[in-house]
Amino acid sequence: MPSVTPADTGSVGAVPGLNPGMKPAPTSVDAAPAVELIGIDKRFGPVHANRDVSLTVRRGTIHGIVGENGAGKSTLMSILYGYYHADAGEIRIGGERHTIRNSHDAIAARIGMVHQHFMLVDDFTVLENVVLGVEGGVLLKDGMAKARAALKELGDTFGLEVDAEAPMHELPVGLQQRVEIIKALYRGAEILILDEPTGVLTPQEADQLFVMLKRFREQGKTVILITHKLREIMAITDRVTVMRQGAVVDTVDTARTSREQLAEMMVGRKVLLRVDKTPAHPGAVVLDVENLGVIDPTGVARVKNVSFQVRAGEIVGIAGVTGNGQTELLEALAGMRGYSGSIKLNGKPLTCPSGQELARAARAARLAHVPEDRRREGLVGPFSAAESSILGYHADPAYNGPIILDQAKVRNRCQKEMDAFDVRPPNPLLRTAAFSGGNQQKIVLAREMDRDPALLLVGQPTRGVDIGAIEFIHRRLIEMRDAGKAILLVSVELDEILGLADRILVMFDGMIVGEMARDDATEQKLGLLMAGISGQE
Amino acid sequence: MNDFFVMMLPLLDSTLRVAVPLVLAALAGLFAERSGVVDIGLEGKMLGAAFAAATVAAVTGSVWTGLFAGMAVAIMLALIHGLAGITYNGNQVVSGMALNILVAGLAPVLGNAWFGKGGQTPLLGEGARFAPIILPGAEALRGIPVLGPIYAEIISGHNILVYITAAIVPLTAWVVYRTRFGLRLRAAGENPHALDTAGVSVVWMRYRAMLICGALCGIAGAYLSIAQNAQFIRDMTAGRGYLALAALVFGKWRPLTALYACLLFAFADAAQIRLQGASLPVIGPVPVQLIQALPYILTVLLLAGFVGRAVAPKASGIPFVKDR
Amino acid sequence: MAAGPNEIPRWVDYLLVPLVNLLVALLLTGVVVVAVGADPWQALKALVSGAIGYPGSVGATLYYATNFIFAGLAVAVAFHAGLFNIGGEGQAYLGGLGAALACLAFDQWTIWIVAPMAVIASALFGAAWAYVPAYLQAKRGSHIVITTIMFNFIAFALMSYLLVDVLIQPGQQAPRSRDFDPGVWLPTAQEIVGWFGIKIARSPLNLSSLLALLSCVFVWLFIWHTRWGYEIRTVGHSERAARYAGISPSRAIIMAMLISGALAGFVGFNDIMGVHHYLLLGFTGGVGFVGIAVALMGRNHPFGVVLASLLFGALYQGGSELTFDIPQITREMVVVIQGLVILFCGALENMFKPHIVALFRRQHGAEAAA
Repeated sequence: MPSVTPADTGSVGAVPGLNPGMKPAPTSVDAAPAVELIGIDKRFGPVHANRDVSLTVRRGTIHGIVGENGAGKSTLMSILYGYYHADAGEIRIGGERHTIRNSHDAIAARIGMVHQHFMLVDDFTVLENVVLGVEGGVLLKDGMAKARAALKELGDTFGLEVDAEAPMHELPVGLQQRVEIIKALYRGAEILILDEPTGVLTPQEADQLFVMLKRFREQGKTVILITHKLREIMAITDRVTVMRQGAVVDTVDTARTSREQLAEMMVGRKVLLRVDKTPAHPGAVVLDVENLGVIDPTGVARVKNVSFQVRAGEIVGIAGVTGNGQTELLEALAGMRGYSGSIKLNGKPLTCPSGQELARAARAARLAHVPEDRRREGLVGPFSAAESSILGYHADPAYNGPIILDQAKVRNRCQKEMDAFDVRPPNPLLRTAAFSGGNQQKIVLAREMDRDPALLLVGQPTRGVDIGAIEFIHRRLIEMRDAGKAILLVSVELDEILGLADRILVMFDGMIVGEMARDDATEQKLGLLMAGISGQE
Repeated sequence: MNDFFVMMLPLLDSTLRVAVPLVLAALAGLFAERSGVVDIGLEGKMLGAAFAAATVAAVTGSVWTGLFAGMAVAIMLALIHGLAGITYNGNQVVSGMALNILVAGLAPVLGNAWFGKGGQTPLLGEGARFAPIILPGAEALRGIPVLGPIYAEIISGHNILVYITAAIVPLTAWVVYRTRFGLRLRAAGENPHALDTAGVSVVWMRYRAMLICGALCGIAGAYLSIAQNAQFIRDMTAGRGYLALAALVFGKWRPLTALYACLLFAFADAAQIRLQGASLPVIGPVPVQLIQALPYILTVLLLAGFVGRAVAPKASGIPFVKDR
Repeated sequence: MAAGPNEIPRWVDYLLVPLVNLLVALLLTGVVVVAVGADPWQALKALVSGAIGYPGSVGATLYYATNFIFAGLAVAVAFHAGLFNIGGEGQAYLGGLGAALACLAFDQWTIWIVAPMAVIASALFGAAWAYVPAYLQAKRGSHIVITTIMFNFIAFALMSYLLVDVLIQPGQQAPRSRDFDPGVWLPTAQEIVGWFGIKIARSPLNLSSLLALLSCVFVWLFIWHTRWGYEIRTVGHSERAARYAGISPSRAIIMAMLISGALAGFVGFNDIMGVHHYLLLGFTGGVGFVGIAVALMGRNHPFGVVLASLLFGALYQGGSELTFDIPQITREMVVVIQGLVILFCGALENMFKPHIVALFRRQHGAEAAA
């Protein structure tokens, strides 16, 4: 049984990774596992990203790692690929202990990673991107010729066909990902990690990818697939590890489990933050969204034909894993990016007077927005808290004369907001960046809520916020609802949605895949929808 | 027709001479910018090299020692720029500007202190400067119609740095597009993260680019003071470093097109004297200042998108920080 | 605005670090002085005495400082929008053209009308020269550093043409305009204090220094106490936050550059209407680049700009006297200092900051523990 020795890196001129005489993967359990992670622990400050994680990936299998946001899957794989160093624990490749300090070590250990955000040079051809770093000599000519031959062989063996001379920027996203995979194989990867690979693919491209992954398995390679989509797990993985909140819940054979079981393990029985609230009394429609579509700069459709309404006096929660279009949806509603379809506020479409920015018009129409990324969008770090507290409302006549902006009035207003929202320390002159995450979020919320909006858009309100502040923020949101405001809440925290929302929508792959009243919702139902399993399947 | 030809010969001849420092400096800038480092300090490196070359040549009497001294100074300046911009992640534009100003002040001060001529260096005698080289058979072939005078006047009779420069252009193109170094260089300027994940050090790549940049600027500066002229004079670069930058931008950061841009600008410079007083159909007499400003106007038009698009290397000027 | 409990106090960031950077620059200059065979201490004394030591020197120092204030404010305003305006030299040059045109056309009128006209004209011309690079950056993404450098050269060519072919006095050789009528010469400081019976020596210092101080107040108010200044600062810090807030980055960029160009244009007002009284070639003499040094040293705040301008004014005035006292040093020594200041206050500012911060934290920690 040939063992893969980690020291056998792809050498100059040779075609790494393609051993014609290599036998298919052993199915006997006596063979050393491809990857063993033993007791991996990692903290980022107060965040415990990986808690004593242990898992074994058998050689020649497709192993899925599934979990919600913050489950720790990406961190774990980043440690395996050398981007982070674990605080504790051991990595074994092929039965031998390895220290992986950087991507170089990982490549030497025959690990290849296909990143979510491609590491490609747009101006290069496919071939140039593939050979970057392993050119095979000072002159490109010889190395490229060998690479061309290798590419052809890869195409024949795995179905990885791509035009070697095509410039990168002309390729569709699916083919670009193929180049990422080829890069890894060209460097001799025996273990391939794919991080949420289908997020940018069309369904057809995703199917093609799965065919390719199966061929890898036939050739004895090991594939680790990180995903939150249960359909993918059920379709091609042999075994699956479920992670939740940094720890492994269980590792099971795919054939012996079901979507429902996996969904339950993913979401778990959490203690819901019970916020006392009376039933909602929704009034008139405040936000009316019809056939909303958003296409990102690379041409991928992020929001596809979304329609829904939000009424005064209700909280509508949008649940879903990050990256399914919620960010783009919020930005379109807040006037921060273009869209197709219609958005009506209080019955009137959102128009933008010439020369003005759409976001300003939105605010003038009594829309308030608590952004998902408070540090980079909701606040300006170097500004004082007082100045951050007027971001978006800096032209308000309440503290603006014809010319002068009355900083004293701004400070006073900020002071009042800080007292009302218990921001600590209650110092309007303090630099915004010096506040803790929770207090920063309170500054943003105070600012948006204090403007008496008709519609409040809220994205990830309690991300990076401590428990005490979370309770405070949740209570404030309920108060606003009771005061007759319409609130659209986007959150990846399921218990937050379940605790606050009156109606729940689930977004998956840019579409609304489910809608239900809070009382009809269960974690299992939501978990399945969030993972892409709709009721019909 | 013959008159036109007779007039063009010396014009083209001086075009080549004027173009040499531009070409070298533009290629120097090319290496820097392609690796992702913005370098507006070409002027300062050239000036420093010119001063060092003329000083050392005057003191040692050896022109080659002067050349290497010039290159050494320019490389040192390039490394300071690299330190500020690459290692300390400082503002690269400010750093380039600072070095330009520093050299502009330091050269006359040192020159005056050492030679007492108000900042100039002594005139260089034979052997201490690069002399024109008559290529074999130039005089003999002069009689051949058209090709003879071209060979004798334009191609032959330049100093060795001119011929070296002519060789450096294709060499640069070859290095940038056909070697491993060039591939990685371009990756560092377009997407340094791709290079980083491929296991190649972006920082070391950028420093190497700065070394080459310094060396080329060194030759350019030395050319001014120990080849084209016979001494260093205050501010003798006279904005050529910025002109070379304009040529680089106008040439879209590619060696061959940058060469053409340099030749175009040099031609305009050489022609301006002869064009003085000449009339264009609609405008009337062309002011010499318009011709002087032409390279800069053309570059602005290019940047504005009116003469094609100029896209700088994507990572140019952005300090490389490994973010995860 | 205060710093947090875990941060270093503002004064360390805004005063101590620039001071250390300045000291390093001066130290290295001292090394150069020694290298040319002079005594640094003697050079320093000559510098100081040249700057303030004899009749007219204080006035000259303040005159230089006035120009540096204009140029420094120009660079500072652009920096607040996140832009590097290297075009101050060309904008100042065009500003001088504006002032000159106003004076040449109307120099038979009373100065009470012509002076404000010249102020407006120099501002307009300077702003116009900054507008094209600003527009190209805002709407087409053309790198403003390169375009402003190009516009400097274009300005020189344009002005050369105008002075040689258009504005030149008939029959004269020198490329300059005719003299303005003395009725529109800005009163000098000597004249102004003379009205109050005080006698001071002659110097180029003139009424435009008042404009410089007013400009400082204007910039302070505009940047930190108006909504447009708020928008400019937001765009300068974070374009994403600007987008979130409904602020148009292109409008902010253009506004900042127009004001920047206008401020640089005021250098022309000072030099042409206040000192020379005719338009001439190259009167700017590198002021745009000193403005960069001044803005960096002064941390882009009008107060810091004033202090840094005074320092550089003293250096320039004292520097021109240095050559008389110490023949080994030419006045380019000041340019050396300028380059070193820009290098250490601008590009290498991160070199010493971590060490200073660590030193301070240790000090602070020791005190807190004690």
